[in-house]
Formats: sequence, C-alpha cells, structure tokens
Amino acid sequence: MNTPKDTGGPSSLRLVLTLAVAGLVSGMAIIGIYESTLPTITANKARELREAVFKVLPGVSQMQALVYRDGELVVVEKPDKDEPVIYGGYDEPGNFVGYAMPAAGPGFQDTIALLYGYKPGEKFVVGMEILESRETPGLGDKIYKDASFVGGFSALSVEPEIVAVKKGTKSQPNEIDAITGATISSKAVVRIINEAHAAWSAQLPAPGTEPQLRATESTGTEATQ
Amino acid sequence: MKKNQSQEEFIKGIWRDNPVFVQVLGMCPMLAVTNSAINAVAMGMATFFVLVGSSFLVSTFRNVIPKQVRISCFIIIIATFVTIADYTLLALVPGVHKELGAFIPLIVANCLILGRQEAFASRYPTKLAVMDAMGMASGFLLALLSLGAVREILGDGALFGVNLFGENFEPWVIMILPPGGFLTLGVILLFFNWFKYKKDEFLEDVAAAERSES
Amino acid sequence: MKKRDPDLLLLHAPLLRQGMTTPNAMRDVLYALAPATVASLWFFGLSAILVLGTCIAGAVLAEWLFADRETRGVSLLDASGILTGLLLGLTLPPGLPLWMAFLGGFVGIALGKVIWGGLGHNLFNPALLGRAFLLATFPIAMTTWVPATGDGGFFSIYSGNLALPFMQVQIDGMTAATPLGMLKFEQEVTPLANLMFGKTSGSLGETSGLLLLLGGVYLWLRRDLDWRIPVSILLTVVVFSACLGLFDAARFPTPLFSVFSGGLLLGAIYMATDPVTSPVTPRGAWIFGIGVGVLVMLIRVFGGLPEGVMYAILLMNAATPLINRYTQPTVFGRGAESK
Repeated sequence: MNTPKDTGGPSSLRLVLTLAVAGLVSGMAIIGIYESTLPTITANKARELREAVFKVLPGVSQMQALVYRDGELVVVEKPDKDEPVIYGGYDEPGNFVGYAMPAAGPGFQDTIALLYGYKPGEKFVVGMEILESRETPGLGDKIYKDASFVGGFSALSVEPEIVAVKKGTKSQPNEIDAITGATISSKAVVRIINEAHAAWSAQLPAPGTEPQLRATESTGTEATQ
Repeated sequence: MKKNQSQEEFIKGIWRDNPVFVQVLGMCPMLAVTNSAINAVAMGMATFFVLVGSSFLVSTFRNVIPKQVRISCFIIIIATFVTIADYTLLALVPGVHKELGAFIPLIVANCLILGRQEAFASRYPTKLAVMDAMGMASGFLLALLSLGAVREILGDGALFGVNLFGENFEPWVIMILPPGGFLTLGVILLFFNWFKYKKDEFLEDVAAAERSES
Repeated sequence: MKKRDPDLLLLHAPLLRQGMTTPNAMRDVLYALAPATVASLWFFGLSAILVLGTCIAGAVLAEWLFADRETRGVSLLDASGILTGLLLGLTLPPGLPLWMAFLGGFVGIALGKVIWGGLGHNLFNPALLGRAFLLATFPIAMTTWVPATGDGGFFSIYSGNLALPFMQVQIDGMTAATPLGMLKFEQEVTPLANLMFGKTSGSLGETSGLLLLLGGVYLWLRRDLDWRIPVSILLTVVVFSACLGLFDAARFPTPLFSVFSGGLLLGAIYMATDPVTSPVTPRGAWIFGIGVGVLVMLIRVFGGLPEGVMYAILLMNAATPLINRYTQPTVFGRGAESK
C-alpha cells in the first residue's frame, strides 16, 4: 500500500475503512475494560452505600432499597434511573429499625448531598452523613468534620421541624446547635433534611407496617461480595 | 548519536519546553485538580499513561493513517486510553476518582496530548515519539506536582496527607479554592519568565563581550 | 539592554510645576486619616499600632523589593505604599495575628500594584485587594472581632496579635460581634451614638464615623478627592435603606445605621475615591458611586455576608475602564461623531 504522500490522495473508501477499524478496535478495548472493572466498581459503590446507611442508622446490619410506587412503598432489587429511592434498615433478626433517606439541596457553594437516618416510630433523626459537598474548607466543611455538629443529629426530633440555633442554646428536642462561623452551611443541612422529610412523610407507611425484609437477601449479600 | 537524540527529546519536555510553564498547555487540569499533591500525582499519572500510549500507537501507525482523517484517528486513540484510565482509577482508587471527578474524562480535551500527536508522534519514529511523550508527560506531572505541593502545604499544612506543621497550623483557605490555583500558577509563571529574562540578558552580555573582544 | 541613568530623569510634557503632585495628594490623605488612626489607638491600644505598623512594613517591603534596581527607593517617596499599608491596616480586625497583617500588606502591594506596572496602572485598589486576599485566606481570623477598650487598658495587647507565623491564634480571647453582624445574625441594633463616636467592635478604622467624615471634609477642602463619589455612595445607601424601611422597618437597618455602621465611611471616603481606580469623568463618578452604594446594600441585606463594602468597591473598580469609556465627553463642536 502506498502512503498518502505518494498518491494524489487516498480513496474515500480507505478513509472510511481506517476510521471504522480504529473505532472497532477502540470499542472493543473499551468494552473489555468496562467488563473487567464493572464488578469491582459496583461492589465499591454498594459497599460505600451500605457503610453510609449503617452509619446513620445505628444497630442496623441489613438493608434494602425502597421506592414509592402506586401509592405504597415497595421493595425493589434495582431502582429505575432517576426514581427517588430510600433504604430500609433492619437489625440482625430482620426487624425494621428505620429509614436511611438520601437528600440533596443547595449549600453555601454547591449542592450538598447527604443521607440521614430516620426512625418513623419516634419521628426522630438518628444520624446524618454528608455524601457530597463543596463547602468552604475550614468553615463550611465543618458540617462533616465537626463531630459535635454531626453528633447533634443522633437524636433530633423532626416535629414540627428541625431548627438550627446559635451554638450552645439548644433547649428543645427539635433544635440543633449551628456551627459558629458556618451558619449558612449548617442551616442548609437542616433545610435539606426538613424538605426531604416534608416530601417523604406522606409517602411513608404508618409506623409498624413498614415493608418486611425480603428473604432473598438480594441487596444484603450481593454488596458484601 | 541516536541515543543522544532520544535523550534530548526526553529532557526537553521536562525543562526547556515544559508543557505547562513554557508552552502554557493543559491549564484546565492544572488549575482544577492541583489542590493536593496526591490529586496532582493521580492526574499526572493518568495523563502520562494516556500520552505515552497514544504517542506509541500514533507513531507506530503513522504511515497507515491517511492524512485527511488523522485528527479523528488521534482522538479515537486518545479517547480509548482516557476511558481505560477512567475505569481503572474508578475501580482501584474510588476516593481519588471522586476528587478528580469530571477532569479524568476531560483529559481527552487536553491540548497537550493532541498537540504532541500532531506535532511529534505522527512525524517521528516510534522510539523517539515515546521518548518525547514520556518527557512531556513527566514535565506535566512535575508541574502539577509542584503546584499541588505548594497549594497543599499552604492550604492544609501537609504534603501527601502528612501533617508538616503540627496542630496549630493556620491553613490558607484560599490555596485549596480555585483562586489559589490561579495565584500559585501565576507566581510560578512569573518566576519562569523572570528566569528566562535574566538568562537572555546574561547571554546578550556574553555575546556583547565577545563581540568587543574580537 | 539599555541601562537607565539614575541621575538623568526624562519626563514628558506637561513640564509646568504645580502644587498638586502625587506625593502631596498622598500626604494629604495620610493627614486626613490621622484622626481616625489616633482614635483606633485610643480604642484598641497598643495592638492598633502593631497591626498598622506591620501592615505598612509589609507594603513598603513589597514596594522596595519589586522595584527596579535603579529606581529602588524612588517609588517609596510618594508615600503611596505607606498609605496602602495604613488603609489596609484600618480595615483589619484589631486582634489579627501580626504575621497575617504583614502578609496582607505585602500581597496588597505585590498583587495589587507592582504586578500591574506600579502606581497608576493598577485596576483594583491595592489595600482592598490585600484585604480580599486575607479574607479569602483566613476567613476565621479575619472575622474574629475583639471588643473595643479591652480588659487591660492601653498597653494590653490582644492575644491574637502574637500568634507565631503560620500558626493559629491559640487562646480563645474575648470576642464581640460587629454592629452589622449583630443586626444580621441576632437582630440586635446598636445605638447610633456608639456608631458615631466609635464605641463598637469592628476593624481598626471603621469604628468612629465622625472622625472619618472629618478627614473627608479636609480632603474635600484640599481638592484631593472627587466629592461626587462619596456623596453618591452615601446618598444611594440612604435612599436604598429608606426604601427598604418602607417595606419592613423592623427587619431592615435605618438609613443612618447603614451609613455609620461597618466600613462604609472608610470605604466611601478613602478607598472608592482612589484616583487610579475610579472613573475620571464627573458622570462616571456618579455612576461609580451609585453602583458601589447599590452593591453594598444588596450584599448587606440579601447576601450571606454582613459587610459588603470591600467587594462592592472591588467590583466597581473592575467596571471603571468601561465606565470611563462610555462617559467620555464629546469634543466641542463635533457632536456625537467625535467618539
């Protein structure tokens, strides 16, 4: 085959063929790497999620994904894309403990995504974990670095709603001490939880009638692999 | 002779034609992911892998790829390597991947990489192309690292996560934020230009002295 | 490379000597700031001297260090470096660690003036740029305010001042919120008399409104400042807060509170009027002042920060070349086409 420099120019067929071959080889390489890394990636993600759920719901050792379909909360193996999903947490014998609810909303700089544990029986928030945030280092990032702020969510009433108050002035079960110097970020976290709670509270079943843990152990064991 | 030339191609990327400080290429990852030394190294390694891999392939097939579709072919090759790097990082070091975020896929748009394919790899034999790519990528890695190290030391009081100054260090918050990237890069570029200016001045003086002697 | 002859100074026209020179104008501003500076000593004691002194030292060092070898020292004579350091110092909290004050002065001159090409070429006010850098870099230290007339009289120094370089303030001293901070976060209003005479916490130079006004009047009498800028800023702020007061008098600050609280007077009289970074045309000066006033009120009332004078002025600094361009007077007799 001549190099393009020698001829007046390669035929269109050759151009198309070259690109097609390059695309084909590249596609195969990408499929190969995708297939070989997929198990590790899904396992990583599932493990991260499990760890977060267990962190915000103390005493939980099993979980399953729940979505709201046709007026009731149902257990799903794999939620549809873009479908709001919450996680039910269960203790060792399989009794329902509480929900882990993902929520997101605007913070001081960018969206804050978090997960909070909620016990419907007592209407209490029992834990909070920030999943994603770009708050100012040194100030706003205390919403996940300040142990006393995060700890404040371990027993917090959501009725009528959570209120962030100045540090050291907490007096009601639904109040939490805001972080000094990061009032806006603290209030953002509280607002995100309040909004998520308002959106979900009507859709959660009455306490005591939560979906049972499915016997298949699908979500439980798959993630530990 | 041959050996000297490949050495030369390697060295030039690190200092004389440093992609960041001299050519001012690849500014996007340079500013975005250098808020800590470890992120800078991860980004530098990913870019290294992509650049060397692409240069190798492009140089090997340089006589097969028709001129008219060469840019498309370069992009296909680069994109493949970027995707491989993306998934590998996601599987092996999910934490780092999360920090780097969208900037891993964006390696494909780093003009340094396409620039090297067009300017060098597609014209020179494989060995030289790989040496050139390695030099350029090392230069890029070093530049990222120097920026990331400065920003982490000032912004966090640490280097590679190791605390340097003890508990009471007052972090320079701005260094972790995007403006810190611009400031640091600006100061380093300032130093490079000043150095170049002084060197030119010196060479001129030497030349003038020689002229007056002869 | 041509070397400049230090003894031969080449100047372009106009060569006519006039009383109004850069060093004279700068010195006038320094005199005008004297009462407020003395007041800061009165309120904050020795700490004020230390903070102001290190700021000026940082600014002067940067000025000297980055000057050309041949002209080194010459640029110090016009006192603009000292003025920048003093203005910056007056906007800092009295308890700020000294090493931060030094850094602020240094960065203000280096990044705010020298890097643009020296006095007259800078886009932003160097003192405010230094302060913006400090605020972004050390948000906590820069918003930790100590009460005026602290516990131990004149010779006591706030513990924060003595923090070692690169180290944090170790001991948690007494802190007090600024009047604006109290209004924003706690809905407490400070009595006006305190704001006027300076019995509030806040940065070194912003606590006494009356003395700042006094300096402003001196500058106006000496024709060193464009009266349109401070007047338009203050008028805008008064009108803006009066309008807000019509909606909800309890929630929003009264016009007088808005004028006398925070760094508004300091900024409006001494920083917004910086001849280098403000528009040269009278119409431009009005636009500039109104812009600053509106931004200040928007940031204070609707923004996340209690104080917005610094960002307001810096933003309008950035708009200055544009304002100058669109307010260019037309040449006499040529009509609109002369643009």
